[in-house]
Amino acid sequence: MAKANVICRCEEIEIDEIRRWIAAGYTEFDELKRILRVGMGPCQGRGCRDIILRELAKATGKPIADVRPGVIRPPVKPIKVKLLAGEGE
Amino acid sequence: MTVKTADVIIVGGGVHGASSAYELAKAGVRTVLFEKEYLSSGGSGRSAAGLRQHFGTEVNLRMAKYNLSVFPTLEEELDTGMKLEFTQWGYMWVAYSESCMDQLRKNVSLQQSLDIPSVMLTPAEIHERWPYLKLDGILGAAFCGEDGHINPQTLTMAYGHAARRLGAEIRTYTPVAKLLAENGKIKGVVTESGEEWHAPKVLLTAGPWSTPLAATVGVELPVYPERHNILITEPVDVFDCPMVLCLDDGAYFKQCPNGTFMFGRDDQDEPHTTEAGNSAKFLEGVTKSVMKRIPALNGVRVVRQWSGPYDNTPDHNAIIDWTPVEGLLVNCGWSGHGLQFGPSGGRVCKELLLGEKPFVDLHRFRLSRFAENDLFFEPAFI
Repeated sequence: MAKANVICRCEEIEIDEIRRWIAAGYTEFDELKRILRVGMGPCQGRGCRDIILRELAKATGKPIADVRPGVIRPPVKPIKVKLLAGEGE
Repeated sequence: MTVKTADVIIVGGGVHGASSAYELAKAGVRTVLFEKEYLSSGGSGRSAAGLRQHFGTEVNLRMAKYNLSVFPTLEEELDTGMKLEFTQWGYMWVAYSESCMDQLRKNVSLQQSLDIPSVMLTPAEIHERWPYLKLDGILGAAFCGEDGHINPQTLTMAYGHAARRLGAEIRTYTPVAKLLAENGKIKGVVTESGEEWHAPKVLLTAGPWSTPLAATVGVELPVYPERHNILITEPVDVFDCPMVLCLDDGAYFKQCPNGTFMFGRDDQDEPHTTEAGNSAKFLEGVTKSVMKRIPALNGVRVVRQWSGPYDNTPDHNAIIDWTPVEGLLVNCGWSGHGLQFGPSGGRVCKELLLGEKPFVDLHRFRLSRFAENDLFFEPAFI
């Protein structure tokens, strides 16, 4: 069985796919997020963001500090709907 | 400094800008599009992206019908590898009052006269079809099974990608500082980095940002921003829940094809701003409201919330018209229902820019209706 190098575990996106879209001209984390859903899952990019930012830095020749990191949205941690609706457990 | 030129300059990389770029590039027009961030970063990518043919005005219905004729094959047509996630799980407007029921009946009757397969449903019919919905106190609903969902971000980006492949220049992260006009004619744009581009025609599709940009050449647009919020849950098993819109408190929810649920709710207290912002008040209000309707989601977790601006007009209808500055066309003011009009919006803008007759009569969308006090109210909006 071929080895899969999964970078975004929430959406099961492999490094090859990320590299393909970077090569196609999408050199911003926010763009890759919208094409591939990386960083949109329950972990909000905790697993994949740094790896993807490193890939972007490598591909664009920018220092990693200059690569825009994209937005992390609230809530920081997934919360059950019933807790938010005030019908706690 | 070298001035660059194009046949058409588009300002704004939302779905209307991107679809117009695609249509123009397909027609062989030398087009350049400027977007201040990434494609879909404004109202388009932040929208709930429901696709519906539930409108109460004929021109919106004719355009909505065209949109739904394009979406089923659009992913294949654009051929970018991006997944548009088009589904047709239906769209239901639920009424809690007789006055809403009257309006829905009128809307449905107009839709049926244009061969749109909408129907009125009784509470019993709704319960039979979607037993997991708990719609206490409703009088009925309008439903169209052809309607559905699309991914608003990949839709916009795929239009841009296909336009670029056909020769359009798509300049992301390039904000336009001002438009340029001379002797009453449009001349071009200047970007914030100081680049000057000239073209005999400029299309302004910058949503609520259109107003300050149009003002740089003396055109006043009655378009203002209004912040709206949405949240997304973790994915659950797919059970094809349609978009359900409750006309008592403006709450809506639907299942997306990846299994996640999207919740939103109208809130008149939200500020009139293009600034994004999130509040716990929204999370509490929307979850209370949606849980009443679909209690089965009680244990599901909320993963993400965001906000984005509607580009409202006083009558909640778009402006698609030439401005008093010759060569400057605007397409904005969709008031929260613009994403789904990407296909028809791009088509009519291409037609206008090439001097062709638009496939629908755009008279009702004219800019002068506000000065003439001839407003064109859309009864089906939230």
